Amino acid sequence: MPHLDAAYNLARWLAGNDQDAQDVAQEATLRAFKFFGSFRGDNARSWLLSIVRNTFYTWLRKNRPMEKTVDIDDETLEIEDSSAQSEPVPFADADAVCRAIAGLPVEFREIVILREMEGFSYKEIAEMAEVPIGTVMSRLARARKLLQKRLAAEFKPEGQR
Amino acid sequence: MNCQQAKPLIDPYADGELEASAVLELEQHLKDCPACALALRNVQSLKKSLKQDALYFAAPAELRKRIQAQLPSPAKSSPQWRGWSWNWLTTATTGAFTACLALLLTLTLSRPSPEQLLARDAVSSHIRSLIPGHTLDVVSTDQHTVKPWFNGKIDFSPPVKDLASQAFPLIGGRLDYINGHNAAALIYQRNKHVINLFVWPATEKASQPAALAPIRGFNVIHWSDGQMSFWAVSDLNGGELMEFVQDFAVGKILNP
Repeated sequence: MPHLDAAYNLARWLAGNDQDAQDVAQEATLRAFKFFGSFRGDNARSWLLSIVRNTFYTWLRKNRPMEKTVDIDDETLEIEDSSAQSEPVPFADADAVCRAIAGLPVEFREIVILREMEGFSYKEIAEMAEVPIGTVMSRLARARKLLQKRLAAEFKPEGQR
Repeated sequence: MNCQQAKPLIDPYADGELEASAVLELEQHLKDCPACALALRNVQSLKKSLKQDALYFAAPAELRKRIQAQLPSPAKSSPQWRGWSWNWLTTATTGAFTACLALLLTLTLSRPSPEQLLARDAVSSHIRSLIPGHTLDVVSTDQHTVKPWFNGKIDFSPPVKDLASQAFPLIGGRLDYINGHNAAALIYQRNKHVINLFVWPATEKASQPAALAPIRGFNVIHWSDGQMSFWAVSDLNGGELMEFVQDFAVGKILNP
């Protein structure tokens, strides 16, 4: 069963826990199989992941209606930069990165996963997430700033946090 | 190039997505500007941090097993998809999903025309139903009201499903007449878009949902489960109508 790891990984990062991720990945995979019988190649992966995405957001509306999604106004979400950029951010260990990703808004999180873990191009991500490429780029840049800020905070000695 | 211009280019540069014409200019700036060079190093270091194997969740074995158990045996799955290479999709400029719809479209276009005629009939019924006062014979969002309403009016019992949680609320049912026989019309809605799902006993073999070429601006998707023939018609875009069809069909598979 190709791409199940990718399906589960995305669902796991979006849903935040194993049980919900399994439910989402299972529903999405069965749905995909029902309609096309088999997958092959890279495009089958992006197609499957876009089904995972849709399944997740439907699940989210039903099970966690209070979780804030899409309302994030890309333009108004200001992140104070430059100061955070003035120091080098060292390579961070998995635990710290994990906490930092989990703290991102879900629309940012999915773009980070699709870009850094799955290696999709901006264009492919734009098609999967059904947003313009410009939005992918701005969300990715903002997500990175947020991650850098959090990781930098982790590295500061206790007293300075 | 100054820092103001360089800043938005750093992420695409680190991702290998910056166009060649801008790359040279940016590289020149990075040589002269320690602040921007540091910003790039930080993005690169973050990218490396995110690519650790420990951050990738592999699918649990139990999930794999559960899914395999629910899949039809290979002999049953539709053979028409076997020969298709997915590679041609790489050239598609639209989304992978849209491309799949296009593939379905290509397949269905080569089918015999009786289906086209039926589709036209279904679209005509859909348009008629949009005339104020003609949409619904029974107004109810409750599947247990809509389904029994058909009893005694037609000689079959259409499957009626509650898809409100998938944002396709049921709004009612209607008796219709398509291609020489009675049809049950189930009316669903997404936002302001009306979806007519026409159902009648199938005379054809079971078939996967297939999008037909839009007729007078309406999207049509047809499938059959071997028992009933289904025709979904709406002015909803093709992707969302397919989502509706999937929700309707999958709902049944998971809760037989």
